[in-house]
Amino acid sequence: MTAPLLEVRDLHVDIPLSHGRLHAVRGVSLSVGVAESVGLVGESGSGKSLTLRALLGLLPRPARIVSGTVLIDGEDVTGLPAKQLHRRLTDTMGMVFQDALTALNPVMRVGDQIAEAPLRKLGKSRSEAKAIAIDLMTEVGIPDPERRYRLYPHELSGGMRQRICIAIALSTKPRLILADEPTTALDVTIQAQVLGVLRRLKQEENVGLLLVSHDLAVVSQTCSRLYVMYAGKVVESGTLLDLVTAPKHPYTFSLLRSVPDPDHRVARLLTIHGQPPDLSEAIGGCSFAPRCPFAEEACHQREPVLAPVGSAAGAVIRESACLRVDTAERWTEMVSEETVSQQ
Amino acid sequence: MKYLVFILKRLVSLIPVLLGISFIVFFLIRLIPGDPATTLLGSHATPDAVRELRTQLGLTKPLWSQYLTFLGHLLQGNLGYSYVYDSPVGGLIQTSLPVTIWLLISGTVFTLLIAVPLAVLAAARRNGIADNIIRAVPVVGLGLPAFWLGIMLILVFGLKLGWFPVAGYGDTLPEHLRGMVLPGFTIALTLSPILIRSLRASMIDVLSSDYIVTAHAKGISTSRVVLGHALRNAAVSSVTVLGVNIAYLTGSTLVVERVFSLPGIGQQMINSILGRDFPTVQGITLIFAIMVVVVNLLTDVTHAALDPRVKLA
Amino acid sequence: MSAATSVGPVLPAVSGTRGRRRGRWNAPLVAGLVLFALIVLCALCAPLLTSYDPIQQSLKDAFLPPGSPHHLLGTDALGRDVLSRLLYGARVDLRVGVLAVISPFVIGSLIGLISGWFGGWVDAVIGRIVDMVIAFPFLVLVIALVFAMGPGTTSIYTAITLVGWVAYCRIVRGQVLVAKEQEYAMAARASGLPTWRILLRHLLPNVILQAFVFSMSDIVLTLLAIVTLGFLGLGVPPPTPDWGTMIQEGQQFILTKWYMSTIPGLAVVLTGLALALIADGIVEKANK
Repeated sequence: MTAPLLEVRDLHVDIPLSHGRLHAVRGVSLSVGVAESVGLVGESGSGKSLTLRALLGLLPRPARIVSGTVLIDGEDVTGLPAKQLHRRLTDTMGMVFQDALTALNPVMRVGDQIAEAPLRKLGKSRSEAKAIAIDLMTEVGIPDPERRYRLYPHELSGGMRQRICIAIALSTKPRLILADEPTTALDVTIQAQVLGVLRRLKQEENVGLLLVSHDLAVVSQTCSRLYVMYAGKVVESGTLLDLVTAPKHPYTFSLLRSVPDPDHRVARLLTIHGQPPDLSEAIGGCSFAPRCPFAEEACHQREPVLAPVGSAAGAVIRESACLRVDTAERWTEMVSEETVSQQ
Repeated sequence: MKYLVFILKRLVSLIPVLLGISFIVFFLIRLIPGDPATTLLGSHATPDAVRELRTQLGLTKPLWSQYLTFLGHLLQGNLGYSYVYDSPVGGLIQTSLPVTIWLLISGTVFTLLIAVPLAVLAAARRNGIADNIIRAVPVVGLGLPAFWLGIMLILVFGLKLGWFPVAGYGDTLPEHLRGMVLPGFTIALTLSPILIRSLRASMIDVLSSDYIVTAHAKGISTSRVVLGHALRNAAVSSVTVLGVNIAYLTGSTLVVERVFSLPGIGQQMINSILGRDFPTVQGITLIFAIMVVVVNLLTDVTHAALDPRVKLA
Repeated sequence: MSAATSVGPVLPAVSGTRGRRRGRWNAPLVAGLVLFALIVLCALCAPLLTSYDPIQQSLKDAFLPPGSPHHLLGTDALGRDVLSRLLYGARVDLRVGVLAVISPFVIGSLIGLISGWFGGWVDAVIGRIVDMVIAFPFLVLVIALVFAMGPGTTSIYTAITLVGWVAYCRIVRGQVLVAKEQEYAMAARASGLPTWRILLRHLLPNVILQAFVFSMSDIVLTLLAIVTLGFLGLGVPPPTPDWGTMIQEGQQFILTKWYMSTIPGLAVVLTGLALALIADGIVEKANK
């Protein structure tokens, strides 16, 4: 089996506080294959955005990587000198952010922002860089790119701006796009268009995608495999189909039940009660236990580890970090019993 | 073309301010205790001469009519007549104004040369040793008298080291340029603390914004990110601060010209004050105010040129 | 742009200071207050620290260098003791400096209060006047006014007041426009209190902080203006000692007696530093 395009092992990210520190990412491991679309799902504060940023070495101040290994094409790049590492990471990956307006330099023409990397990094001439930029603008579906090349971000619509951001991410010829909630700031129709662009890139250009979102609907439209994060950890992973049809972690289960599903007409939406744990403190047992409808005494005592579930279906391994994973098949019943008994 | 319309609109909006300036300058003369004509001619003037001047100045007419006459003269470019120099004030100012403008330009250039690298360094290496030193500069610099600083610079670089002329402006362009170094530097040292502070603060703001992360994610060099993306954005807010302060510190050219014996309008103003040459003082006060207005206008234009979000309409 | 930015040198708040302590005091404030207290103490105790009359000439003792047996900082061209001129000069410059900030502060704040509260044509007229005054460089207009009114401390106070009030007016007006819309102002209005009482008792205490913060750095600028006037021969009339005059007198002998200008200059720098530190400390406190 060939090595995945990108692999992260045991990533830890801290945010120093005035007293102590916030352990925001707690040993995340994930991998993305060549031309694969992978989703990273979780609520805000679960550490998914920090994980993504850490991959490019672009953590916001004062967050920092404590430990972790990054492999590109199976090669450990963590030990490279800072400059080379940055080069290697940015050569492989491009990034798209949530808010396209703030992600674009307000005083620079959008075309120049796309042409910058070809010009400054890939050593193209001015006219070549401009031609590349215009090609990229066409590729992400911007009509009349020659005219729009000369516009400033504030002169474009939200959807156009996000397309510009995607074009910028593509300008370094990456093999993988990291996208942090790329459609959250857009309205639904524009959202669909932008997701369409990302899907097409994968099909036509073989560019992989690692998409971070809190929105299962967005992820299910674009990704074939998912990682679910909770409180700084991956709690479940598997193919989209497996996760959606048969979740093996109560958090994924609750997450799915909190989304109205037009196909299955669930009678009652499940709300996840309580707050995520305080990540500046040590957590004894399972971090989801306090909010888990199926938690037992043991869940509060012993910390579950991410372990393969069932038989490996093909190449994709299904993993879950739940002590009660063997009861997963009965979760739906258990919840309805509970709601009934509450009534 | 867009800019031309913008500037024209700005100029039109300046008319009330310019009228106000002329009004204040006109009333300056009214503040002088006693009779303006006597003041203008000096205490040794004959009563006949005083009477003649009173009629000539229209002091016998009502105040509003005097103001209109004054304004009418101004519009024709007539700034009054200096009885001390026995020459039109406009002519006196014409010879000395270029020196002051040169001084302001060299002061601004030196300010940028000092403040921009320091502010960028401080912001890029935030909370480092350099940053902590640079942050102390504005506090010390605020209370630094420009004239004393000038004297100290003359002492060290003019007299002890002999690198620059201690006074004067020379006659040729190279001499002008060399003569402008120490005075320009003096202005810069009083102006740059303010700019350092403002630019450092806006650089720090800008460096934490999303588009800087976007730029980093492209994999271009850090220096390119800082200079190409961050500085341009930080400049947008700092250019206004710089403009306001150049306008404010236009007054210190007066002192710097005095210290370095530069024949600019500031020096001319002091000499006229000491010689009790009121029309010249009045004319130069007006010119100073117009310079401030022009600097403010230039600031607006620069701001609009730097920031595409400013509506030119 | 905030109201404060258009008149004096603009002092943007220092952002991003690390490890700010929460207490009532901060390092710049304490350092500035201690330094300033020392300077004021020296000025107040001038008669105890020196036995010389600052204006007593003694031509045979002229040009003594610093460190001379009876004259610690030497003597000037007229044989006057430099130390005692420095100390008595502090009395003059500090008094004029502080007093020359009070009246623009009071007058400017009141006008700003009225302008912001009443709005309409009152605000428009005041706004136009402010625009006129700020079109002049501070120092130029002060000098022209002092010249027109004749030399003396009264002229200095008047000139600085006539030019300086606009800064306070703009700051307070801006604050009033915000405060006016808040509930306590509405409540005071609804209760039918007389306008002057609403303004002075309810509004003023809430809008004055920014003006006060600005006044701290304004003292530095005013002190510099006064010293500059002295240097230009337009300040406190001689023979009253004044730091600006001392620097100007020393400049003639700069080649041979460099210390004559340097010493009073350092006094100005030190005082400026003390006041700037206090201003910085207060800004830091106010921004918390």
